[in-house]
Amino acid sequence: MVEGLRYRDDAAHEEPAVTLDAFLDQSNATAVRLESDEDARKLLPFLDRLALIEVAFPAFRDGRGYSAGRILREAGYTGELRAAGDVLVDQILPMRRCGFDAFAPDKPLDPAAVERALGRYSNVYQKAADGRAPAWKLRHG
Amino acid sequence: MYKYDTYDQSIVDARVEEFRDQVARRMAGELTEDQFKPLRLMNGLYLQLHAYMLRVAVPYGTLDSRQMHMLAHIARKYDKGYGHFTTRQNIQYNWIELKDAGDILADLATVEMHAIQTSGNCIRNTTSDQYAGAAADEVADPRPWAELLRQWSTFHPEFTYLPRKFKVAIIASDEDRAAMRLHDIGLQLTQNEAGETGFKVYVGGGMGRTPMVAPLIRDFLPAADYLSYLEACLRVYNRYGRRDNIYKARIKILVHEIGADEYRRQVEEEFLHVKTLGIDPPAEEFERINAFFAQPAWEQGLSDELDLSDPDFKLWVDQNVFAHKAPGYAIATISLKPIGGIPGDASADQIDLMADLAETYSFDELRVTHSQNIVLPHVRKADLYTLWQKLDAAGLATANLDLISDMIACPGLDYCSLANARSIPVAQKISQRFADREADLGELKLKISGCINACGHHHAGHIGILGVDRKGTENYQLLLGGSGAEDASLGRITGPGFDEDGIVDAIERTLDRYVATREPGERFLDTYRRVGFETFKEAIYG
Ligand code: HEM
Ligand code: SF4
Repeated sequence: MVEGLRYRDDAAHEEPAVTLDAFLDQSNATAVRLESDEDARKLLPFLDRLALIEVAFPAFRDGRGYSAGRILREAGYTGELRAAGDVLVDQILPMRRCGFDAFAPDKPLDPAAVERALGRYSNVYQKAADGRAPAWKLRHG
Repeated sequence: MYKYDTYDQSIVDARVEEFRDQVARRMAGELTEDQFKPLRLMNGLYLQLHAYMLRVAVPYGTLDSRQMHMLAHIARKYDKGYGHFTTRQNIQYNWIELKDAGDILADLATVEMHAIQTSGNCIRNTTSDQYAGAAADEVADPRPWAELLRQWSTFHPEFTYLPRKFKVAIIASDEDRAAMRLHDIGLQLTQNEAGETGFKVYVGGGMGRTPMVAPLIRDFLPAADYLSYLEACLRVYNRYGRRDNIYKARIKILVHEIGADEYRRQVEEEFLHVKTLGIDPPAEEFERINAFFAQPAWEQGLSDELDLSDPDFKLWVDQNVFAHKAPGYAIATISLKPIGGIPGDASADQIDLMADLAETYSFDELRVTHSQNIVLPHVRKADLYTLWQKLDAAGLATANLDLISDMIACPGLDYCSLANARSIPVAQKISQRFADREADLGELKLKISGCINACGHHHAGHIGILGVDRKGTENYQLLLGGSGAEDASLGRITGPGFDEDGIVDAIERTLDRYVATREPGERFLDTYRRVGFETFKEAIYG
């Protein structure tokens, strides 16, 4: 069982994430936490100096964070994008596809089960934030 | 018909393995029921009153005989020998055991079928016109677009945990046979003045406890922007749809609360951004899919003459046969509404027979309709009489399409854990009471739901029945004036409810008033709209 998962080569970011309000108020913070009802687009002017964005998943059924992840990646964010909260094995794959590359689940996950889930689909149908080529792209080159 | 290539097959096969794994983890206690629930729901597996229910997707209602035979096999092997065709153009099995679910999905995958996204808060199976590809009045076959949408929406990573379920319907005629504007998104394939293909986009329809007819959001969406635009529609909903209250979580509430204009503005803004991401497949992908839906090799020079000397056959032709686009062909509807039967149920033997008949007489194609019938879309007129005889011998030739006994009914309290009242016995009594006079009553769409969730489309019935719980007893409210067709409207509750026999009597009073006040050629709905609610209310309550 693991407490956290990270799919990045760079060193983990040490600075604690501040709230969105605190970040917009101050700040030279380089890490911010976005609650599920907060607008990811508010961060777009500051992406260059952010090294960590943590997106809250208060309940696995609350899917707003998936859109937040994609919006940040679509705007060119390359830092760590961490899903934190009620993150379960079966959510890791869609989260990876939406651009998340780090996970801080409330309850530890079985890394073997995560590996199985991530490797299961050799094809996907749609273009998302993970760079995988959709089936139509493979069909037509 | 669309055929899977190795990409499609690999995705469906992977799903079978994934679900087996999820079931195993559930059975081993690694997943709680609360955690398992959204996973099984995304695979169409419900826990009902007596057993699990499995909902199998029939994308846009189209099947071939091999797939239909598989549905019969599953009914025999894993259920009690029958299946239930539903308003979502799908089939449901009501007596499934959890341990068998993986095997059933594996069997389905051998014939390019699955149960993916037939429930759960995700983009559900897309529905369409059951006459697609055969109807004389369509601009083009809508199903290639539905297939494109099926692929795009399958395991869409961003839209797997939407605020609530999401249903899309696509049609291609002005006549709406799919209740398009009662869906979260309704699309109508159309052409603009320049002759280009595109869509009218309606967003925010639905039934349930707050029924709404979807407003028009985009008058003409060019086909090349199809998926980008849908992605924008969904993204706005995923971000801003309400999550505080399950009854207010459908997109119709969002569109209603912020208004169609504001929703449109947000979507258009999001669309400008999404369009830059390159998520629309190239035209070649549409052409690839479209080729699977090429018209069958219809015989040329066939006669449109029909020998109607057998009066029972004539009744069936008059009622259940619809105009086909090719000379010498017809569209035949097999009614799954025998008088006094359970609407939508078919036995495994009947399912096999329908599969055989499709193979012999309908270019191997069948359709499931949202009013719970089966269609053979391409039948030579010269074969109609033989076809009818074979159907008749199997109890499948009821000549009642669009008549009162061709009603929609949800499973109700006989199966469903959310129900307030039974739907099936009421359906049976109505069917028996009015069968003798239904030809005279003409087109009459009666729809029954066992609770406010409205799975039986009662809001959209010319006559709707809603089962409620009145101090612990089953009670039925009567609604009049709804329509799920191109003249979409929502029914209005007449007044205090009735018990099981009382509701049948109330309908009789309603219909007597209709017969007494109708003008020549008027359907019940037309008369209702002309003379108004009060006339009927007075007839019902005196
Ligand atoms: C296990 C039995 C079932 C359960 C628990 C169930 C649950 C529900 C619920 C909760 C709603 C309301 C959704 C809302 O208002 O947001 C609903 C609506 C609906 N369901 Fe079912 N349902 C069941 C069976 C069926 C069947 C047999 C069909 C036919 C295929 C069906 C098709 C529909 C349709 C067409 C609607 C209304 C359209 C809309 O969602 O706006 N359901 N269902
Ligand atoms: S309308 Fe109510 S009773 Fe009927 S199937 Fe839906 S949830 Fe069950």
